[in-house]
Amino acid sequence: MGKTIAEKIFSAHLRDTPTPENVILDIDVVMCHEITTPIAITDLEARGMDRVFDTTKIKAVIDHVTPSKDSKTAIQGKILRDWARRHKIHDFFDIGANGVCHALFPEKGFVRPGYTVIMGDSHTCTHGAFGAFAAGVGTTDLEVGILKGVCSFRTPETMKFTITGTLQDGVSAKDVILFIIKELTVNGATDKIMEFVGPVVESMSMEARMTLCNMAIEAGATCGICLPDRVTAKYLWPFIKDQYESIDLAVEDFVKWHSDPDATYAQELTIDVSKLVPQVTFGYKPDEVKSVTEMEGTPVDQIYIGSCTNGRIEDLRSAARILKGKKIAANVRGILSPATPKVYSQALEEGIIAIFMEAGFCVTNPTCGACLGMSNGVLAEGEICASTTNRNFNGRMGKGGIVHLMSPLTAAATAVKGHITDPRKLL
Amino acid sequence: MKEFGGKALFLDRSDINTDEIIPAKYLTENTKMALQPFILEDLKLGGFDPRRDIEGKGAIITRANFGCGSSREHAVWVFEVNDINVVIAESFARIFRQNMYNCGMLAIELPKKDIENLFNLGDAVEISVDLAGCELTAKGEKSVTLPFKLNEFDKKLVEAGGWLAYADKNY
Repeated sequence: MGKTIAEKIFSAHLRDTPTPENVILDIDVVMCHEITTPIAITDLEARGMDRVFDTTKIKAVIDHVTPSKDSKTAIQGKILRDWARRHKIHDFFDIGANGVCHALFPEKGFVRPGYTVIMGDSHTCTHGAFGAFAAGVGTTDLEVGILKGVCSFRTPETMKFTITGTLQDGVSAKDVILFIIKELTVNGATDKIMEFVGPVVESMSMEARMTLCNMAIEAGATCGICLPDRVTAKYLWPFIKDQYESIDLAVEDFVKWHSDPDATYAQELTIDVSKLVPQVTFGYKPDEVKSVTEMEGTPVDQIYIGSCTNGRIEDLRSAARILKGKKIAANVRGILSPATPKVYSQALEEGIIAIFMEAGFCVTNPTCGACLGMSNGVLAEGEICASTTNRNFNGRMGKGGIVHLMSPLTAAATAVKGHITDPRKLL
Repeated sequence: MKEFGGKALFLDRSDINTDEIIPAKYLTENTKMALQPFILEDLKLGGFDPRRDIEGKGAIITRANFGCGSSREHAVWVFEVNDINVVIAESFARIFRQNMYNCGMLAIELPKKDIENLFNLGDAVEISVDLAGCELTAKGEKSVTLPFKLNEFDKKLVEAGGWLAYADKNY
């Protein structure tokens, strides 16, 4: 019987099967940030178990609130920093080199096809874009991951999404995933893996695939996953060039992870995106999604472009297409947070930062910050934010604030007009 | 063996997310106990007031997809430090459910009709759980006993007092 990519990865990492429904997997990469890791560290210390299973397999970053905004966040950063130094964790990223984890770690080449990845962060599913199994976990799972290099999961079932057609100009991966979440609802994929295949996914960049996989959790999924191909190999080439003689050979090797034609799926859906228009959320759940046409004219106070969903170079480029030579409306304020230092410097080189600044945006350093209402753009009660992030939960970006999720293109168009606007009109 | 249950807190809504259970701004706390006052602070539920309704409760009864959103285990710890160690729901988000077992706490899934029955027992309901027998009893205007299914591995984690203790022994 054929296997899905997730089943192949599970088989290759199987440590134990405590029951037919549960598996214990060996983990290739344990990622850590300063919000969910410090309590794991202090608990391990208190238990006299302050050890790490493999310093080369642990990656750590201070990203959620950086630079620290108060004593408490300074302490969180310090706990992670001291721990990384104490254990000689080479891949630790602090101020000057730090960025949003799910944008930074892929840039560093830490995730490869067939890998297993965990992090104390629900958007870890992003890394599935590389053909890896990547799942968000709680602090206890993270703690065991740090200590033992294993994690427990239920035997996976996969939902296959074949995405066909051609995306119109002005419509992006963000619109595709928002549309899928609307169709599935917020628990439509709970305990499932969402496998994204088909011509539209094949033609997507790694950045776009990361956007797609990033929001799998918003439908409840354990992981989003794409089949690794030439796009993956080219992105990873600087990191794998010693391992393969050519990109062709890497691509050939990646095929071993692809789902077999006779693999079994819990559900198979085909979505033609040719007629898809830009999507925008309303309400307080990521499955409350409408077309931009229905949302057009909704007033906003703040525009936020950034995050692990849409803070990558391609996202900034697409917003800049609309912002070039324009000013944001007088009634709104714009915030850009490039997701990593590399994105930031690349955007500087390409003149993108200048476009944003001339349009009237404030540019912040790379950080998760405003996305979860921690820093750098927290909303006041009753304020409305047009945001390229991933969650519109009640209070997410600040108590009493309202969030409309959308693509960078729609956010840029909204900034220019001062209310929710169809980006296709400004292209 | 730890006792599970207590007076029930009814949260009559689906898709209650982790940001409602414990807002992100409190994730800068470095002890579990510091989270205690902020339980369910941002819950969008008419008539609910955490400062009035949490006191003395030991169990939560709620609808579908409880704990969706973030991976923050703080959403489990904030219950733990408020002496709530069992959540009974129609369904859970995966990470929240795993975090409960990982902390040696109980996330019990019941069919929709059983949840409906529990909601019909009145406001004053006392929950007690027989973990070995996989049965829970709810005493309200009347008393009902309901069987529940618990995955064998999750049960072992609860019995071991959590995943760290289990993993340390076995891996």
